[in-house]
Amino acid sequence: MSYNGNSSYAIEARALDVYYGDYRAVHNISMGITRRKVTAFIGPSGCGKSTVLRAFNRMNDLVEGARVAGEILYRGQNLYGDDVDPVEVRRRIGMVFQKANPFPKSIYDNVAYGPRVLGMRNKKVLDEIVENSLKGAALWDEVKNDLKKSGLALSGGQQQRLCIARTIAVEPEVILMDEPCSALDPIATQRIEELMQDLVKTYTIIIVTHNMQQALRVSDYTAFYNIRKQDVGNKEIRWGELVEFGPTKQLFSDPEQQETADYISGRFG
Amino acid sequence: MSAQEQPITGILNREVSEDQYRRNLRARQRRGTVARGFFFGANVFALLALLALLLHIVNQAFGLVVIRNTVDPSTLAASPLEALSEPELVDIIVREAPNRVRVMIRDSLSQVPDTDFTTAPLDAVLAGKIYPPELAEVTINDTTVEQQAAILSDNLGQGDIHDLVISSIVRPLVVRSWNLLPSLTDRAAIEAEAAAQYPDDSLQFRAWVSWDFITSSVSSSATTAGLRTALLGTFYIMAVTAVFGLPIAIGAAIYLEEYASDNWIERIIETNIRNLAAIPSVIYGMLGLAVFVRALGAVTSGAFLGITDTNGRTVLSAGLTLALLIMPVLIVNAQEAIRAVPRAIREASYGLGATRWQTVSRQVLPAAIPGILTGVILSLSRAIGETAPLLVVGASTFIGIDPSGFFSKFTVVPIQIYQWTSRPEQEFKNVAAAAIIVLLTVMILMNLVAIISRNRLSVRY
Repeated sequence: MSYNGNSSYAIEARALDVYYGDYRAVHNISMGITRRKVTAFIGPSGCGKSTVLRAFNRMNDLVEGARVAGEILYRGQNLYGDDVDPVEVRRRIGMVFQKANPFPKSIYDNVAYGPRVLGMRNKKVLDEIVENSLKGAALWDEVKNDLKKSGLALSGGQQQRLCIARTIAVEPEVILMDEPCSALDPIATQRIEELMQDLVKTYTIIIVTHNMQQALRVSDYTAFYNIRKQDVGNKEIRWGELVEFGPTKQLFSDPEQQETADYISGRFG
Repeated sequence: MSAQEQPITGILNREVSEDQYRRNLRARQRRGTVARGFFFGANVFALLALLALLLHIVNQAFGLVVIRNTVDPSTLAASPLEALSEPELVDIIVREAPNRVRVMIRDSLSQVPDTDFTTAPLDAVLAGKIYPPELAEVTINDTTVEQQAAILSDNLGQGDIHDLVISSIVRPLVVRSWNLLPSLTDRAAIEAEAAAQYPDDSLQFRAWVSWDFITSSVSSSATTAGLRTALLGTFYIMAVTAVFGLPIAIGAAIYLEEYASDNWIERIIETNIRNLAAIPSVIYGMLGLAVFVRALGAVTSGAFLGITDTNGRTVLSAGLTLALLIMPVLIVNAQEAIRAVPRAIREASYGLGATRWQTVSRQVLPAAIPGILTGVILSLSRAIGETAPLLVVGASTFIGIDPSGFFSKFTVVPIQIYQWTSRPEQEFKNVAAAAIIVLLTVMILMNLVAIISRNRLSVRY
């Protein structure tokens, strides 16, 4: 991918629609994700926030029948352009999932997996990458003596930090986090949130969360999505739209839209 | 619940009295007990059926036999044969069976195919063995009996020569056999009967399944009949089946699960694969006959490599036919194993920039291998017991030549069992039972290997 972007946006969506087969899941999303900031996606279940997130690194390609209309620009290039290989997209734009999903391998092999699939074989370099990544994910001190232990033997919070270490091992520019704390207890959640504050110095982070307090705590920008409904004939169709997007403090203290105000004050959703 | 306690009032408590509820509960529990009893009974029934089968086989594979020596050893030498020295034993062979010395050399020493035995020079026939150097250029037919006897005694020890005397000259034969159960419970009556009817012969306990049985070739006599040719045929054919069947089936399953898009063509293919699994095996035999034996006869007979002594009815045709036979089951099973690998593992791998093939080969397959192995066990166990398709493809029912490669004529253990059970003599029933025990043992060993490797490889999420 050639670099010709001088834009301050890491990723920019322009009039993005995402379809699953004939079903349009989200409609007309236009937004710019600021470099080296945390952007939070909030909204009720089914509003399409995860769908947009997964469109950003072409993870939706793995779903049968998924396609997009509109553009997603990364470094000035449309991610869905004909000459773009999704394999490269996912390396540049990494992902951390809702449920920690370490491979059934050792901690070391989990972190080294990404560099290895990219062709890195040098043991010394791999050792260094593994150590730096685990340090970057604030896990090194806890596991440095057990690198041979299975990743599945760790606690839930440790597993999620292992997944973050695994993601940063391939040195992406953007990290997408899909409700990374929804399966964790409050202490593990707090550690991940602290970690995000460290990571954002190097990476652009987008986090989908159901927890508005979390969005308020960790994010610089917040995007609020909501569900739109329309009756077509005797059938109701639904899709998600971006309602409001702006600096987090402003969106929570002084939302422009009444819908946003209703949602963040807990009146619905 | 005590009667004094006031039940919570609600619609259910108003409509169903405490008494009704109690009676209902007892009926509900009773239905559960009946179901449980049925399930337990089903297990007992299955176990009893299996036990009966095993007992029936064991009952036939062991028991008392009357052994009659074709030639009484006491007429051969003054002292017992096992006490004789090697030269004395060789003398007996030369005296009693001069025409069979050649055959003994062929069976125990020859390094060339039996068809070349009489025409090849001795340095080829006895390559690596001890023979007089002046005989290197001549054929076995140009040697004298004394020279042949010398070759025998130079290459074999006293024990081997003794065995040759027993098998070629004394030739003990089973003339009467009893099953295990009467042998244990009714021994006195059997002894009396044997003493009355076979006064000159000895009554012995015989295990029909033995190392000799496994390592001997077929024979028209039940006493010396062995399973070696059929067992080798089974191993060769299983090797062909596994080598061709497993990669193709697993490859097809990977394609269907990981690559093919979910459209109607793929669904038709999948449905048809499932239907193929239900087709009677004899039809695969007809397919194998038409395709592998006839159409591809030039390949399966080895003619394209210049091998001309067979038609297409070879180990290769049989193995390929069985590979076709087990493929549907293998594919369906491998698909299920691959599908059972959590989606999260695939997503994690793709999310790190792995390609599809890297994801499949480094994450999906290793995680699916234990499940795939289960299918391999099931299908190879099925293939090893198949008889009908191989009869159609052209197994030889009586063959004394061991298979030596892909292009050999063959028989397999189940066909050998079938052939033995159809013989009228009681002794062949014993031999068949022994062969069944060997076949079952091979199957159990195969399953054991697969189960152990499955347990070692399995991962938990």
